[in-house]
Amino acid sequence: MSALARLAPPRLLRALLPAVSLAAILAAIFWLQPRTASYFGLNLLLNLSIPIALATIAQMFILCVNDLDLSIGGYVSLTACITATWLNDTPALGVLALLLCVVAYAAMGALIHLRQLPSIVVTLGMSFVWLGLAVLLLPTPGGQAPDWLRALMTLKPPYVPFPIVAAVVFALVVHVGLMRSAYGVVLRGAGGNPRAVERAGWSLLHVKLTLYALAGLFGVLAGMALVGLTTSADANIALRYTLLSIAGVILGGGEFVGGRVSPIGAVMGAMTLTLAGSFLSFLRLNPDWQIGAQGAILILVLALRALINRAERRAP
Amino acid sequence: MTAAPLVRLAGVDKRFGAVRALAGVDLSVDTGACLGLVGHNGAGKSTLMAILAGVLAADHGEMHVAGQDVTHGHAVTQAHRLGLRCVFQELSLCPNLTVAENTRVLHRALDGWGWRRRAAALIRDRLDTIFPGHGIDPDDVTGDLSIGRRQMVEIARAFTVTDTPVRLVILDEPTSSLDAVVAGHLLAFVRRFVADGGSVILISHLLGEVLDTADRIVVMRDGRVVADRLATAFDRGRLVEAMGSVADDDVDGAAAAAAATPATGDRSMGGTPVVRAHPAGAGIGGLTLEAWQGEIVGLAGLGGHGQTAMLVRLFEAARHPGVVNAGAMVRLPAAFVAGDRQSDGVFPLWSIARNISIRSLSQLLWRGLIVRRAETELAETWRTRIGIRTPSVDHPILSLSGGNQQKALFARALASDAGVLLMDDPMRGVDVGTKQEVYGMLRAEAAKGRTIIWYTTEMDELKHCDHVYVFRAGAIVADLTRAAMTEDAVLHASFEARAA
Repeated sequence: MSALARLAPPRLLRALLPAVSLAAILAAIFWLQPRTASYFGLNLLLNLSIPIALATIAQMFILCVNDLDLSIGGYVSLTACITATWLNDTPALGVLALLLCVVAYAAMGALIHLRQLPSIVVTLGMSFVWLGLAVLLLPTPGGQAPDWLRALMTLKPPYVPFPIVAAVVFALVVHVGLMRSAYGVVLRGAGGNPRAVERAGWSLLHVKLTLYALAGLFGVLAGMALVGLTTSADANIALRYTLLSIAGVILGGGEFVGGRVSPIGAVMGAMTLTLAGSFLSFLRLNPDWQIGAQGAILILVLALRALINRAERRAP
Repeated sequence: MTAAPLVRLAGVDKRFGAVRALAGVDLSVDTGACLGLVGHNGAGKSTLMAILAGVLAADHGEMHVAGQDVTHGHAVTQAHRLGLRCVFQELSLCPNLTVAENTRVLHRALDGWGWRRRAAALIRDRLDTIFPGHGIDPDDVTGDLSIGRRQMVEIARAFTVTDTPVRLVILDEPTSSLDAVVAGHLLAFVRRFVADGGSVILISHLLGEVLDTADRIVVMRDGRVVADRLATAFDRGRLVEAMGSVADDDVDGAAAAAAATPATGDRSMGGTPVVRAHPAGAGIGGLTLEAWQGEIVGLAGLGGHGQTAMLVRLFEAARHPGVVNAGAMVRLPAAFVAGDRQSDGVFPLWSIARNISIRSLSQLLWRGLIVRRAETELAETWRTRIGIRTPSVDHPILSLSGGNQQKALFARALASDAGVLLMDDPMRGVDVGTKQEVYGMLRAEAAKGRTIIWYTTEMDELKHCDHVYVFRAGAIVADLTRAAMTEDAVLHASFEARAA
């Protein structure tokens, strides 16, 4: 049966679905607006997908242990505000504050594990804390991106646009760390069968601390990348990232339970969602429709996956 | 086998709340020997093994492994370091990981560059040795494998060696999902492993398997070791005898009382049964379950052999009374009494009254709304009738003791219009006094014409039944009338040896 399952197309199809969705939407954009198929065009199209991809990776670490993070949007907003103020004015204080943010995220993971609390409740509560801190720090939109960050985000590497380089680098680094490394196996195993991992002598607390700290780290990176692109910040700058990141992970082939996640898929999912927005602008759709249309694209891809899954169940 | 024992347990006690799972167990396992461990469900085998593996801590007792005193602070990591491995009954693989990755989860030493290759080589070697022709690739995702292959992976994984030696492997029902050929491979490997100086504890319900493989056999019953002899001193008959009760205690009175109230709709009078179903997993062979009006029908056999599945199917079929649905037909509406109260039974946030009335809401409606007063009246009636000990039915259900919660669940079923009661081992964790009250109630309900289908793991409760069907591997293998129902008969049917 296993040989059959390996050869059966459904499994392969499902693995390819994120790449196919990304290629399809990119092709549609090129067809609508051929001038985007250039170095400059791709740069513009994909620029804003970097912070979204980073936030999606953060969300993926949380989904890996069957939790859900509803605070990532508020958290990225806060880290963006810190980057545009303290990190620019007094770098030492900025670095310390961002480190504290990561520690706070890890502590949130420990709290969820030790008290066996539902992650949705804790993170929803924390989202207001992050947002409140961001408003305290930056009551009105403003601040300024540090010059080095601005320079990094507007880098023009030869041949390949920066957003693509960044996406490939992040996807590969996380892929190696989570999917190929020895401890990454334990992290994913804790999502698949926590009791088995515990019985093999691993600490689930350690696992959750690690994953939440990683999510906090990538949340910080997302906030910094966002400020590097927009040059200033605002307390509400990234609120929509919460739902975008969840959608990105799922679009990239991840599942809500069972430790089934894919970093490469998550990055592709985030890019697909970003491009979906541009695609709709090229269609000259009213911007009011964009959110709804993004939802429609998500439903389309998930429906495809449901079809593939059904075919897979019928196969053996 | 004269060397000092590898593992020695003395006077091990373990309680779960009011239940004493282990009552002073002594057990020793020799180096280079295979110990067979048998007993009925709930005899304490799995608890004992969990303690040995460091998953649970014993309340009292001493534990020595390889000459070391490990009574205190015994934990999973230490057990692993001492060379104790356990293949737990429920699969403990991560379904989202590959076979090689699951091997890594067990071994901290598989780390650094090339761990993936080493893990794959390790598990492939063990699989090849134990299960020739297994057809499993180390890169297969575990969740995609059939249950039999998953079990093979889990067994092979327990025998893999990295930095710590494997001294003792506990196999808890290792062959439950393996076919006869593969099971034969495993047992042959166990003999080779033992001949090379390893030790194995083999827990199995297949007595032939244990008799052929083990050097020594320990029989457990009610949390105690009741027999410990060389395997050659046993045969099937003697093993079954040792597992069964020695003395028939005071249940005879109750059984006699049950016998005195004959079923209203006697089978011999012909007519049509109220319930008729063929087990889904049984194929064309096997027996068919039938129950007449006013009968108490018991479902027996070892846990997880298709009894609960049968009850659920009957419940589904009862949605359309009288219609044959997937081989099952129930002529009257049914009510289900869950055994696992916390997950399938009570609504923990609701009051006692609401927990009772939920099955009967249609009788309490007035223009589509629930009449509160009628609901409270219904609950009050049943509180007095079956003696739920509470000052008020408006109190939350969780304010009741376990036994009284179960009574409320019975009240829910009895208050309804159901003609058939389906009971899924409902007396789990219920104290003796409550049990006696409920038995009486059930007999009274049967006498009034209700049909009761009762899955129970307790032998004594089967004595209240007019008819007992014994389940094994999803099929009905014996149909015992009250006269033919003895503990021996049920045990024999439950523990049929694997066909040679």
